[in-house]
Amino acid sequence: MNAANKSADVQSGAHLRLVSDRAAGTGASGITLSGVSKTYRSRDGDVPSLRPLDFHINDGEFFVVVGPSGCGKSTLLKMISGLLAPTTGEILVEGEKVTKPHGNVGIVFQNALLLPWRNVLSNVMLPIDMKKLPRDKFLPRAKELLKLVGLEGFERKLPWQLSGGMQQRASICRALVHDPRIMLMDEPFGALDAMTREKMNVELMRIQRETGKTVLLITHSIPEAVFLADRVLVMTERPGAIAAIYDVPLPRPRSLDAMADPVFTELVQRIRKHFFTQSSLD
Amino acid sequence: MAEPEGAKVMGVVTRLLNAAWVRPFLFLIFIVVLWDLTIRVFRIPAYQIPSPGDVVVVLITEWPELLRQSWPTTYATICGFLLSALFGIPVAMLIAGSKTVESYVYPLLVFSQSVPKIAIAPLFVVWFGFGIIPKVISAFLLGFFPVVVSAVQGFKSVDPDMVDLARAMQGSRFAVFRAVNLPHAMPAIFAGLKVSVTLAVVGAVVGEFVGSNSGIGYVLQRSIGTFDLPTMFAALVILALLGVVLFWVVDRIERLVIPWHVSQREIVFTS
Repeated sequence: MNAANKSADVQSGAHLRLVSDRAAGTGASGITLSGVSKTYRSRDGDVPSLRPLDFHINDGEFFVVVGPSGCGKSTLLKMISGLLAPTTGEILVEGEKVTKPHGNVGIVFQNALLLPWRNVLSNVMLPIDMKKLPRDKFLPRAKELLKLVGLEGFERKLPWQLSGGMQQRASICRALVHDPRIMLMDEPFGALDAMTREKMNVELMRIQRETGKTVLLITHSIPEAVFLADRVLVMTERPGAIAAIYDVPLPRPRSLDAMADPVFTELVQRIRKHFFTQSSLD
Repeated sequence: MAEPEGAKVMGVVTRLLNAAWVRPFLFLIFIVVLWDLTIRVFRIPAYQIPSPGDVVVVLITEWPELLRQSWPTTYATICGFLLSALFGIPVAMLIAGSKTVESYVYPLLVFSQSVPKIAIAPLFVVWFGFGIIPKVISAFLLGFFPVVVSAVQGFKSVDPDMVDLARAMQGSRFAVFRAVNLPHAMPAIFAGLKVSVTLAVVGAVVGEFVGSNSGIGYVLQRSIGTFDLPTMFAALVILALLGVVLFWVVDRIERLVIPWHVSQREIVFTS
């Protein structure tokens, strides 16, 4: 199955489907994982963190991973960014094998992780400094991104002068400033209150639409996953493996009203059952 | 007419008395008064504790001599302190950066701290004579440890996610260190430097105790020998002042270097 076929498939997929129906992609764009597993070595022997994973994330896709805590989601993210080498298998990002940090990703963690000694603008510019790109060339882009997330006028503020939601917006700008193809987000809104969180979800969807980035987002919240995603990957408990991948056939752009859609509620229900049956089997 | 005028003066006086910088002086006056009263009430003889008045007299009459003697001490303190910072921070970087270095060096460093410096200070005199070097080494040895301990803690408390983030942007090890680890460790380093600078004063004096013919430590030693307690107390006052001034200088530098830190936030707001 080739990439073109695949994306056509995604768009027409107005039904729920398990991963087993679907072969691993081999497209030159997007992210491809084939046989990727991770085992941590510790004093008490090997601790398997991820069982072999095979899946493909299409270019420009909003891909969400849900799973219980400790199922190796963060490990997955670190491997895709090149910070961590998989024990087996290989990862392709935009057709290139990942062996070291490749810089074609922007990362957003649960905590905004802004450097307290840099103002908002220069925090956003951190990737430019790290990659030694010309500062003056990217400064307008940084300002534009801050405008996009509604932080215009806060460029010179220090992080602690911003609310949690604003800090997280700034960290999204930082993830985008060097124009990577991929955004990796590890429970980006987990530390925010429920109301801010919903608002940020809508914002994020808008940002993704406007920038066309490939997004891999990790979350604990099933409704959040379904609301945001083109596809949702459900993971099993440790060691993590793929339980299922679901298409989300909700039309875009989505508003918060989409959460009342029967398709939405049915899908949330269905994903929730995974965890329910899993733990009762354990 | 006189009433509001008086109230105004009272208001100014109250404001002045409540100013933060006046408070330590008020407390100092309180202690001196208590000292004086204790001597009078309990009839403590002057050869045991001198009265504050006598000490002040010595401070005034012997001021040129005391000032002259305080230069070598100050000089040795500053040299020892700068050496502590110069060696302490890189050693802390190595310890925090490598588990191997840590396992080799850190326990030994802690072990070396339990060796009393006063006991080994005469050794430096044997090696380096009566000059400035034994004092500097002594000041360095006392000032070194707090810098290392604080800086190690500072370097180690960096959020690993933050380092990962910078590394994922293809930052070189050095670039990541300069942009993330080093600024993060600065508040802890300065906490260590502040402890270090006051200990360096002690170290310099210890050096002067065991073998020197100049410096405040030498004045102390000599005045104890002749039971000249007012001079001895005057020397102690000078040492305390030296410690306070050096501490204040480090504190000022800290404000310049890390104006973003929580402890300095008032300042950030106004700028």
